[in-house]
Amino acid sequence: MGDWWTSVPKETSIGNYEISHLMMSPSKQNNIMSMYSSLGLSKTSYNFISAFCTEDNVPQCISYVNQELDSLGLESCIELSAAGNTGLSSVPALNAFYELLQIHRQDMTTVEELERDQLKRSSTLEHVQISNSRLKDQLELSMREKSGMHETERQLQLKIKTLQSCLKTEKEEVQKLQNIIASRATQYNHDTKRKERETAKLKERLSQLLVDRKDRKLSIDVLNCLGRADGKRSHWKTAKATASHEEDMYKFLLSDYEASQRSLMLENAELKKVLQQMKKEMIHILSPRQMSKGASTDNSQEQGDSDTEARAGDSGRESLDKSCELAREQLTNSIRQQWRKVRSHMERLDSQASQNQEDVILRQTHNDEMEKMRQEVLQCKEFIQTQQQLLQQQLHTSFDDDTAALLNDCYTLEEKERLKEEWKLFEEQKRNFERERKNFTEAAIRLERDKQAFQEDRASWLKNQFLNMTPFTDRRRGSSSDGGQSSLSIRSEPELRMSSTSIHLPKSSTYSTNFSTPKPAPRSAVPTTTELYRTLRLIPDTSSRQSSRGRWQESSTIEDGNNQTKTKIRSRYEEISIFSLGEENSLT
Amino acid sequence: MNFSEVFKQSNQLCKVSPDEKYLATCVQYRVVVRDAATLQILHLYTCLDQISHMEWSSDSQFVLCAMYKRGLVQVWSLEQPNWHCKIDEGSIGLVSSCWSPDARHILNTTEFNLRITVWSLCTKAVSYIKYPKACQKGLDFSRDGSYMALAERRDCKDYISIFVCDDWHLLKHFETETQDLAGVEWSSNGCVLAVWESCLEYKMLLYSLDGRLLSTYSAYEWSLGIKSVSWSPSSQFLAIGSYDEKVRILNHITWKKIAQFEHPSTINNTKAVVYKEVERRPAVSEDLSIPNICMSSTLFSTQSKYETSPVPIHLPVVKPDPERANPKIGISSLAFSSDSRYLATKNDSMPSVVWVWDMQQMSSAAVLEQTAPVRCFQWDPRQPRLALCTGNAKLFLWSPAGCVAVQVPAEGGFQVQSLNWYSSGDSLILLGKDQLCLCYMETQQDQQ
Repeated sequence: MGDWWTSVPKETSIGNYEISHLMMSPSKQNNIMSMYSSLGLSKTSYNFISAFCTEDNVPQCISYVNQELDSLGLESCIELSAAGNTGLSSVPALNAFYELLQIHRQDMTTVEELERDQLKRSSTLEHVQISNSRLKDQLELSMREKSGMHETERQLQLKIKTLQSCLKTEKEEVQKLQNIIASRATQYNHDTKRKERETAKLKERLSQLLVDRKDRKLSIDVLNCLGRADGKRSHWKTAKATASHEEDMYKFLLSDYEASQRSLMLENAELKKVLQQMKKEMIHILSPRQMSKGASTDNSQEQGDSDTEARAGDSGRESLDKSCELAREQLTNSIRQQWRKVRSHMERLDSQASQNQEDVILRQTHNDEMEKMRQEVLQCKEFIQTQQQLLQQQLHTSFDDDTAALLNDCYTLEEKERLKEEWKLFEEQKRNFERERKNFTEAAIRLERDKQAFQEDRASWLKNQFLNMTPFTDRRRGSSSDGGQSSLSIRSEPELRMSSTSIHLPKSSTYSTNFSTPKPAPRSAVPTTTELYRTLRLIPDTSSRQSSRGRWQESSTIEDGNNQTKTKIRSRYEEISIFSLGEENSLT
Repeated sequence: MNFSEVFKQSNQLCKVSPDEKYLATCVQYRVVVRDAATLQILHLYTCLDQISHMEWSSDSQFVLCAMYKRGLVQVWSLEQPNWHCKIDEGSIGLVSSCWSPDARHILNTTEFNLRITVWSLCTKAVSYIKYPKACQKGLDFSRDGSYMALAERRDCKDYISIFVCDDWHLLKHFETETQDLAGVEWSSNGCVLAVWESCLEYKMLLYSLDGRLLSTYSAYEWSLGIKSVSWSPSSQFLAIGSYDEKVRILNHITWKKIAQFEHPSTINNTKAVVYKEVERRPAVSEDLSIPNICMSSTLFSTQSKYETSPVPIHLPVVKPDPERANPKIGISSLAFSSDSRYLATKNDSMPSVVWVWDMQQMSSAAVLEQTAPVRCFQWDPRQPRLALCTGNAKLFLWSPAGCVAVQVPAEGGFQVQSLNWYSSGDSLILLGKDQLCLCYMETQQDQQ
């Protein structure tokens, strides 16, 4: 059996498959059980449907299976080994089983495929259905639109019809009115004519009546008749007279026409002269260019042209006197030709010029123009400045006028603002100076006081020394108060130095900084700042300054150790004095 | 510029004799003839009634005074103050009277235009011309005085008769192609007669002296047509002013339109100089010195001056009433300067504006915008100088050099209603309501 399987050609197996495929559909219908053979189901079914094969009906089962297999086109591989023997030959059965499994798997795959196919189909179907419905909607919409359009069209048609009828009636109306007008006009004309005739008749009658009436005849009352203005006698009205009048009239007319003709002739001649001149100049302009252009293709033709033109020109010149029509035509024609040429030439030149224009302007004139413009701008600026100056001068001088004041206001407002700011700044500076000066004076006062104390100390110290040197030293040393004094004097020296340096320091820095002056001594004995102020103010006087110097010098002679610092302070004072002097000057 | 003192006159009748020796003014019944230079009274004539029309004869020898109400005409002679002539038209009435150019005939038009009576002062003869047409300008003498054109109406048709003024011989008589003829006017050289239709139709016909129709011109149809016509002194141009607020200029060779002058209410043309009259009341408080107070007439009146303003300029326009006949629109008056160089026009819808056109450039030369409606304007007979008045105490003069407003220093509220140039152009007669004043221009001799 295994050999057979292997020996079975592929075609047949395929054919079998095909058959099996074909058979599938009836089998599906026939026994649903087999169709239900999904794995899970089959298991369960196998478990439950155990009634198919029992110990008793094995051969029947086998035969049934065989039959079934036969019907499936498979080899009835399961054979009954013997009638009595109920054993099942396992190999073919397994083969059949395998075969069946294979078939089943294939079926399953095909089913799957089909299902997938089905799914796809259904989705496409759905899609198609959706699109179909959409299209249907669209169709409906367009149908509706169409109907709407139809409706509007119908309405418009109706409108047109009504309008047409309206127009017709209007036209009729117009016609009618025109007719009315025309009839009225004719009637009016007729009436006016009638009236005129009547008035004419009336006039006639009136004049007749007036002539007939005797009461107030028209009359002329002249003292004596005048002679004619020209001194001649009046003539009889004769045919000869009328003829002579006509003759006069025609003579008059003729003379007028002659005059006008003469003027026209003159004008004409002048115009012709101008034309000739123009033509000559044109030829003059065009001919050299044509010569240079001789190499061009239409040389011969142009040459011919110019020849004819020259001839025409000659004939034209002749025709000036003749004023024959043909000559005139020739002249105008040649002029026209020349003119055309000139025009084309001009156009060409124009186009060339437009091409060349840009760089030409850039190179040559641009810089010059720029320079010129700059100069102009400068001039203008100067001019404006001088104008402004003049204006301001004028404004300053003419304060009495209101407008001038107004102008002045608006002009100096800014300046005022600026001045105010400056003033503020100046005030602040002044305040600073004042404060500084106060500080200085205070410092000076303190210094003075310190100095005094120091000198007192010194004096006491010297006294002590002197006393120590004296035989009463022991007694003096014993007193505690003296020792305290000496210690104080010793201590005061570095203090003073410190203060001097501290004074010295801020001088290098700004004025506004606070001095680290030594703590003021008891205030009671101190002169007021104002007093010192006064003394300092007096510094500008040479005598006082000298005196102060003298004083300083005196002090320096007294104290050499503090000399340096003192001179420094002095110089500082001098500065202040100078400043105060300056201030006084400014104030006065 | 000097002004004479004010004289009385009535009916604005004041005329200078053609030889400029005499000045005749009418005051009620009287005619006062003065020496034109010294204004001394030379003659005084008294007529029978209030004078309604006064005219000098062409030889300056006679003064015609017509009294239309009485149907009377009186003629006075300057050479023979005793000589007199009185013409009575009888009960037929009189509506107009004029001299013939030969100064020996008087033409009287009777009421209802029944006829024109021609009276001869030489022979006392009288002759009639029948059927004269009652129209805008039915009678015109040629400039040289040899021909007279007369519009006639017979059998509801228009005719024109041309007479030889010498012996009143009818030279030509022809029918015109008009429905209702409105006027006739000779060209300056007397060779062409312009004939125009009434305002219902725009139609201008040009006839030769011998009655041939030279040309017909019509600018448009249906709407109101010609309102005024003027020949240039050179006979070169014929200016036609019409109801469409335009002036059309025809030339004398082809009789075609060569230019058209429009009168827009907004001026954008930069070529034209627009002079606007600006009134300024003088400040009274400034100096009330005695001479100023004495010149009270000038003190309390407004001063005028001209200002030029840049374009665009909007001119004041009066809207015509469409319901009424003879609408106040269109060119009512136009006048050429003596050298035919300029044309002055006035549009009725802008009554306070006078336009001056340059005939060489064929464009607007100047526009004078006055504060009041212009009453009258007239060109200097010698030079391009236009004088105009607006019914107040001011005289306005335009020349190509510029524009000036002059206060007339006359007392008693003298208002210039009309003006007349002397033919020499040296002086100007300013006519008020019942007063007149002479204005002497500065001449070359004065300046030297």
